[in-house]
Amino acid sequence: MRITQGCFSFLPDLSDAQITAQVEYCLENGWAIGVEYTDDPHPRNTYWDMWGNPMFDLRDAKGVMMELDACRAAHPDAYIRLNAFDDTRGVESVKMSFIVNRPSEEPTIHMQRTDFEGRTQKYAWDVRR
Amino acid sequence: MNELSNPQEITDKKKRYAAGVLKYAQMGYWDGDYEPKDTDVLALFRITPQEGVDPIEAAAAVAGESSTATWTVVWTDRLTACDSYRAKAYKVEPVPGTPGQYFCYVAYDLILFEEGSIANLTASIIGNVFSFKPLKAARLEDMRFPVAYVKTYKGPPTGLIVERERLDKFGKPLLGATTKPKLGLSGKNYGRVVYEGLKGGLDFMKDDENINSQPFMHWRDRFLYCMEAVNHATAVTGEVKGHYLNITAGTMEEMYRRAEFAKQLGSVIVMVDLIIGWTAIQSISEWCRQNDMILHMHRAGHGTYTRQKSHGISFRVIAKWLRLAGVDHLHCGTAVGKLEGDPLTVQGYYNVCRETRNEVDLPRGIFFEQDWGDIKKVMPVASGGIHAGQMHQLIDLFGDDVVLQFGGGTIGHPMGIQAGATANRVALEAMVLARNEGRDIRNEGPEILREAAKWCKPLEAALETWGNITFNYTPTDTSDFVPTATPAM
Repeated sequence: MRITQGCFSFLPDLSDAQITAQVEYCLENGWAIGVEYTDDPHPRNTYWDMWGNPMFDLRDAKGVMMELDACRAAHPDAYIRLNAFDDTRGVESVKMSFIVNRPSEEPTIHMQRTDFEGRTQKYAWDVRR
Repeated sequence: MNELSNPQEITDKKKRYAAGVLKYAQMGYWDGDYEPKDTDVLALFRITPQEGVDPIEAAAAVAGESSTATWTVVWTDRLTACDSYRAKAYKVEPVPGTPGQYFCYVAYDLILFEEGSIANLTASIIGNVFSFKPLKAARLEDMRFPVAYVKTYKGPPTGLIVERERLDKFGKPLLGATTKPKLGLSGKNYGRVVYEGLKGGLDFMKDDENINSQPFMHWRDRFLYCMEAVNHATAVTGEVKGHYLNITAGTMEEMYRRAEFAKQLGSVIVMVDLIIGWTAIQSISEWCRQNDMILHMHRAGHGTYTRQKSHGISFRVIAKWLRLAGVDHLHCGTAVGKLEGDPLTVQGYYNVCRETRNEVDLPRGIFFEQDWGDIKKVMPVASGGIHAGQMHQLIDLFGDDVVLQFGGGTIGHPMGIQAGATANRVALEAMVLARNEGRDIRNEGPEILREAAKWCKPLEAALETWGNITFNYTPTDTSDFVPTATPAM
C-alpha cells in the first residue's frame, strides 16, 4: 500500500528537479532542512532516524540534494523524508515535510482489534511486510 | 456631517453629586483628551444615535452603561475611587460614507475585569448597552486587550503548531468534510461516510453542529462507529486521521461524559458549538488541556448577531474572545463559498486567530494593535459551499494554516465519497507544489488543476461537476475603509 504521509503523497513521486524546487522554497523562507529515514512508517513513529543534523547554515539546494543522494545510496529501500524546520518565535516546529524515497515494495499496516468494555474496541497497528 | 460637541465633566464635587439627572458626559464618561493606558481594555463601538441625540453624549452613555453608570446620580459613588471605575469614551468619529453612524472608542481600566473570565468581560462590555434607548443601534466592532489581561487566560488547549505535530501533518492546509446528510443516518451508515472520506485522502471528518443524540442515532453509537472508521482509515493510509466528535449536550455533566468516552476511544479531537456559552466553553477547554484533546469550535448561531453592520458584535471580536477562552479550531468563513464573508474582512478573522501580534489593518477591519502575549494560535476552518475548483483561491487567500472543509464537495462527487476526497487532496497538493515552485496560482490556478486532472480522474470529474459553481452575492459585513465593497470572488 502507498503510505500517504507528508505533503505530496497523492502526487506522482517527485523528480529530483521537483524536489530541488521545494528545497529552494524552504531555503528562501529561512527554514533548515533535515533528512530522515526509516523502515517503519507506523503513523505514530515520530522519530525517524536522522541523516545528520538539520542543515542550519546551508543556503544552496545542491547541498541538500547531495545529502539526500548519500542517504539514498546507504538506504535505498527505506522511506526518506525531508523536514523543514522554522525557528521563528511562535512556530519553532516543522513547517513542511515530504517523502522523497520509498521502498520498492511498501509494507502494509495491520490493525488489531481487541474487545474492551461493552462494545468498545482497543485498536493497535503494526507494520507488516 | 454634524459638528461634534465637546462637553466637559463637572469637576465641582458638590454640583456633580447633587441628586438628579446629569448628562453622561457631565458625569465623566467622556474625555476627549484621554490617552489610553497600555493596561486599559479598549473597545470600539459603531453607534447610531436616535434623532437629536448628540454623538458625544451617546458615546459617553455607552461608556457609562458598560461600566459604572446608572441613569441618575448616586452619592455612593463618593465612597469609591470612582474615576477608576468609569469607562472613558475618548474618541468619536463619523463612519466614512455612512451618515448617522459613529465610531466610538472607549477605554476601561483593568480593575473592571475579573481574571480569566469571558463571562465577566462580556457582562460588562455587552451587558446592558445594546438595549439602551437613546441608541437606535450599536455594534461592537473591535477590542484591544492589554497583555496583562491576556495572560490571565490559558488560551487554546493545543494550538495549531502542536496540533500539526500531533497529527504529523505539515506544509499544507488540512482537509476535512462534514458528514452528510446532517440528520437521519444511523450510526453504522454514518461511520461509512467517515471511513470513505478519510480513506480517500481527508485528514478529518466532522459531525455537524446539530448532530447530538437524536432518536435516529444515539451519541455512543456514533462515537463507536466513527472511531472504527477513523482507526481503519489510519491503517489503510498510514496517516493519523480524526473525526470531530460533537460533544455538545444539555448539561456540562453530559458533555464531560461524552468527552470522556471520546477520550477512551482514542479520538484526537472533540467538538462543541458556540451556543453552549462562554463558561461552558472555558470549562471544556480546561478539560481538553488536561486530556491532550484538540477542541474544535463550530460557530453555530453567530450569524444572528455578527452579520448586520449596524447592530450586534463583529465576528473579529468573537474570534478574540474565543482565542482567549481557548479553542483550537474555529470556523472563520471561506469568502468564496456559500456563507457570508467579504474576503478582506474574513482575512482579518484569520489574522486574529493566527498572528502572534495584530497590527492595525483597517481594510481588514482590525482597528487596534493586539499583542497576544505568546498565547497559542487557533487553526481557522473554512467550511461551507467550497469545492476543488476553488483550491487556488482558497490557498491564495488563507495560506497553509487552515482546515479546508469540503462537505458536499466530497460526498456529492459523482464517482463516490472516496473519489471526492481524492479529488480534493490531489487538487490541494498540486496547488501547494505549484505555489512553492513559484507559480502564480491566483492566475494559473485553473490551468494547474486541469494539468492534475489529466492523470486524476476523480479531479477531472469534480471540475466537470462544480468547476463553474460560484456564489456571487454582495456581502453585508464589509470594511468601511475601502472605496467600494470587495466583490465576492
